[in-house]
Amino acid sequence: MPHDHHDNDLDEMTALTRALETVLVEKGLVDPAAIDAIIETYSNDVGPRNGAAVVARAWTEPDFAAWLEQDATAAISSMGFTGRQGEHMRALFNADGVHNLVVCTLCSCYPWTVLGLPPVWYKSPPYRSRSVRDPRGVLEEFGTKLPEDTDIRVWDSTAEMRYLVIPQRPDGTEGWSAEQLAALVNRDSMIGTALADAP
Amino acid sequence: MLNLSEFPDAPPFEEPWQAQLFALTVALNEAGHLPWPEWAQAFGRRRAQGVDDASDYWPHWAETLSDEVTRRGIAGAEDIAALAMAWTRAAHATPHGFAVTLENDPMR
Repeated sequence: MPHDHHDNDLDEMTALTRALETVLVEKGLVDPAAIDAIIETYSNDVGPRNGAAVVARAWTEPDFAAWLEQDATAAISSMGFTGRQGEHMRALFNADGVHNLVVCTLCSCYPWTVLGLPPVWYKSPPYRSRSVRDPRGVLEEFGTKLPEDTDIRVWDSTAEMRYLVIPQRPDGTEGWSAEQLAALVNRDSMIGTALADAP
Repeated sequence: MLNLSEFPDAPPFEEPWQAQLFALTVALNEAGHLPWPEWAQAFGRRRAQGVDDASDYWPHWAETLSDEVTRRGIAGAEDIAALAMAWTRAAHATPHGFAVTLENDPMR
């Protein structure tokens, strides 16, 4: 038999979320099956491994890298990673003397299809403000030290435009396969707060 | 000042309601009822007052969706509040170990 002190307690946020869902489902504006599918996708399937596959392919296939530079939306979607909100993608290639860093100063716009959902720090006000004001300081906080003369370019994401940083291929990886290389591409290197791992 | 590298590397959703809320918003967008740039503007206005550790991120998301639902005339704020109360009552009336459904609300 159930006991009173064992009853279910909904916290305020859960109750509000369920209320919103009830409204939207009862009005026929969203399909409950679609909600479940989205949860499944973002909890399990989508993550930085997608982006790492894009980067590793760019490192090993010059034609793909050129396409990525010219039309990242199409090149990335050709690998089956398609934006859901109609956003455009742009690939930012790091090079000797040039380092790219991505932020969303407005909220937390982020290339979900290639990186999954953003880490907590990416959503935090300190990162959103300081990456623009003091990108070198932010990079150092992440343990990423760049030569003094490296030009750090900061890119502010929007609902319409998302960025993927293509880090430089690490030295000592000549002859590696795309699969081997992808393992060196960490999430933060595709946001720009880190470099790709050393082999 | 918070050191950015010391933020916890949390999973995408720390609580089930966050996943539900996120999916609900994306589903509403994909069904053509919430243009994403408008969502980002509205969410960004709330996030402008965010706390440093971003712990208010998902509550802000919920408040933004709630506002968008009322602003678009889908439901009134009082309807949403009443439904949230109904869900809370339904949960209290549901024996432990059973799924909470709105039908369990004794006042429904």
